[in-house]
Amino acid sequence: MSATPVLQIDGLAVHYPSRGLRKPPTTVIENVSFEVGRAETVALVGESGSGKTTIGRAVLGLTPVSGGRVLLDGRDITHLTGRARRALSTDIQAIFQNPYGSLNPALPVGRTLAEPLLAGSPRSRGEVRDHITGLLRRVGLPEDAADRYPAQFSGGQRQRIAIARAVARQPRIIICDEPTSALDVTTQAAALDLLSELQTTLGCAYLFITHDLAVVKEFAARTLVLQHGRIVEEGPSTDVCDRPRHEYTRRLVAAAPVPDPVLQRKRRQQRTEAEAEATA
Amino acid sequence: MTTAEPPPKARSRAWTNPFAGIWRRPVAAAALVVVAGISLAVVLAPLLAPHPPLTQDLLHTLSGPSANHLLGTDVLGRDVLSRLLYGGRPTLIGVGLAVLVYAFFGMSLGMLAGYLRGWTDRVIVAALDVMLSVPAVIITLAVLAIFYQSNVAAMLTIGFFASAGLARIIRSSCLALREELFVDAARVSGLGPARIMARHILPRLTGQLLVPVFLFSGNALAIQTGLGFLGLATPAPAPSWGGMVGEAAQIMQQDPYLLFVSGGVIGLMSLSFGLIGDGLRDLEQDRRQATGGRSRQPVPTAALQDAAKPSEKPSDGAVLAVRDYSITFATAQGPRTVVDSIGFTVRPGEIFGLVGESGSGKTVTGLSLLGLLPPNGAVTSGSAWLAGHRISGLPERELQHIRGGEIALVSQEPMVALDPYFTIGSQLGEVIRRTGTAPGGKEAVRERIRELLTSVHLRDPDDVARRHPHELSGGMLQRVVIAMALAGTPKVLIADEPTTALDVTVQAGILDLLRTLRDERGMAIILITHDLGVVADTCDRAIVMEKGHIVEEGSIEDIFYRPQHPYTRKLIESTPSIARTEGRIT
Repeated sequence: MSATPVLQIDGLAVHYPSRGLRKPPTTVIENVSFEVGRAETVALVGESGSGKTTIGRAVLGLTPVSGGRVLLDGRDITHLTGRARRALSTDIQAIFQNPYGSLNPALPVGRTLAEPLLAGSPRSRGEVRDHITGLLRRVGLPEDAADRYPAQFSGGQRQRIAIARAVARQPRIIICDEPTSALDVTTQAAALDLLSELQTTLGCAYLFITHDLAVVKEFAARTLVLQHGRIVEEGPSTDVCDRPRHEYTRRLVAAAPVPDPVLQRKRRQQRTEAEAEATA
Repeated sequence: MTTAEPPPKARSRAWTNPFAGIWRRPVAAAALVVVAGISLAVVLAPLLAPHPPLTQDLLHTLSGPSANHLLGTDVLGRDVLSRLLYGGRPTLIGVGLAVLVYAFFGMSLGMLAGYLRGWTDRVIVAALDVMLSVPAVIITLAVLAIFYQSNVAAMLTIGFFASAGLARIIRSSCLALREELFVDAARVSGLGPARIMARHILPRLTGQLLVPVFLFSGNALAIQTGLGFLGLATPAPAPSWGGMVGEAAQIMQQDPYLLFVSGGVIGLMSLSFGLIGDGLRDLEQDRRQATGGRSRQPVPTAALQDAAKPSEKPSDGAVLAVRDYSITFATAQGPRTVVDSIGFTVRPGEIFGLVGESGSGKTVTGLSLLGLLPPNGAVTSGSAWLAGHRISGLPERELQHIRGGEIALVSQEPMVALDPYFTIGSQLGEVIRRTGTAPGGKEAVRERIRELLTSVHLRDPDDVARRHPHELSGGMLQRVVIAMALAGTPKVLIADEPTTALDVTVQAGILDLLRTLRDERGMAIILITHDLGVVADTCDRAIVMEKGHIVEEGSIEDIFYRPQHPYTRKLIESTPSIARTEGRIT
């Protein structure tokens, strides 16, 4: 890791305001700290309700932060709003889980892809057009895709459009919130390949939010395991997956089925024995 | 994602014209023609009117219709038709102004409050409450006291106060819209609130604007003519519809004819505005109900008859056999075969995998076995046999008997299978009574509920039975749904992506349960899944489907270690594995 990490999260806390007067606010994230280095992929793994999506939204400024700091290249961006927050869009981008919801169905793909450019310095129509064509080519979609609507594309293609939008202004870091969990496995593999390739050419870092440890192992250099809004384990992905230390990580790893019947049978046996031990 | 996706080319329209299809609704279409026709005639009054509106002909007063005066003359001998044409101008201008103000303030106040939230929202909502609670007509009269006989001032006031109602509708739609993922995406792209509202919010709201606008037009017309009747909106000799009603009312005893003419036009316009509004609302509802790209037409009956032909009964000891089985959907582009002549056999006590990606036809196959295809789909060839009895092509009544009895379903979303208003116990009890598996009174049913909930390894069955669905976790709910499926002691359990919506640790428990239930009860389980990890963990044999065809069939050892078809190989390679040693990047 280089001197200043691209993204630094320091003691992040997120509470949701309580409903009713005397009830305490709900704690979603408590004291989470981690760093993402330049062109590094860090995975945030957890089950539903672990707060992994909330962390991503807090970094993006879509959820108010109640404590701690978010630093981008050493600059505090935790509470930026308005114009200053919008200016960050050159550096921080996002790919959301649901490619059906993240593209406005009423806008042709070209207009959606032009949005990140609208926020920047003004460009001529021809420049925008060239830029969009370049983006589409980069993510492996035909040029005429710009004039078509999201409904005319499959889930995998839509996610490519979302990826193209995210890399439009060559951001320093992209928050990927379960970018492939709505896709078929063959499509998922292609999308992950595309993300790796873009990382090599553009040098962007990924904060990769997912529930799937198997994907993490193949895709991310480092992994953070999240449970109930706290980080319970952190380390290189291979260590976390092959030699999990925390009891929760161990359960996660044991429960992930592998596409190999004989090996899976063995793993299942080990899991059942471990469970029996735990309850005994 | 388990449902077969509609073909992606189906919907290419981005913005649906709210008037599209109005010609198929004769009433609304007629109303539209009436409004358009009268408005046009009023606009063209100088060209169309046979006489100037103020010219008096005292020799022919109250003449009644004649060749010279098509609608007759009034008490001063003025041509009624001409006065109607000219009189429509202040009326329709007034209505138009009111509608413009109504739409502008309703839209902008609603959108600002709904999108910006916070203080803006609080201030605007408070203002809207005030606007709704003050009597707009009295304020309008006060305004008229200042701007005497000003049609414009009066109608602007009416439009402004009425806009509060529209603003509330727009605000609540906007609250929902701002939660859409694409709005978040636009914010992350660096767009400011003004741009997001203009690009992403406003186009979505315009469709909702039309119905209230037309309904309000009717109201505005009534108010404008009311003011005209009172002589408050248009100075005297100039004609206006309301004023003409007033003049006619004075000689009502003498000659009621004029009242019918002027009142009739107002009534017709008012009715038409309302009918257009209603028609547009119905159209909108139709569009919402029509599932994207699918046609509601059933599959051609010729194809169905083919499926009804007797076919050979399978002779082996299979609990479920499918022979030469095809399923076709009627789509807007014509019939589409989603499952093409497949055949497979499930043996008793076996966990059989139906494996494939979205669009492979796996879910449709499973649902068709239960007779649960959507109305535009049908089995068009082949047959399905359950324990030697044919179940494809059975009438609905007989299917109902088999469903939940000999063959049962566990679907992906447990919440969909359960009713949020009833306790687990009462829903389970209903299923038990229907299957008739607990003869005897309430106590027998209660005992059976306890037994079923225990069999799916729920720790405190009595406590679970007392709870409502929302009080249980996803994993517990899926266990409850499995317990429901077991109520009829089925021979075959169809589990459609039963763990896709669940966390991986919960998934492991559910898969363990399915295996245990198979061992204990000897029932066959058809496991529909896209996850090869789940297949490797749970299944004995499987078929791999691609685009409606079976590409691979065999024991899971065969499928995983000796795959024949390139697609199977690709699936296995693409499935990420936590046990694999080489990574994509390090």
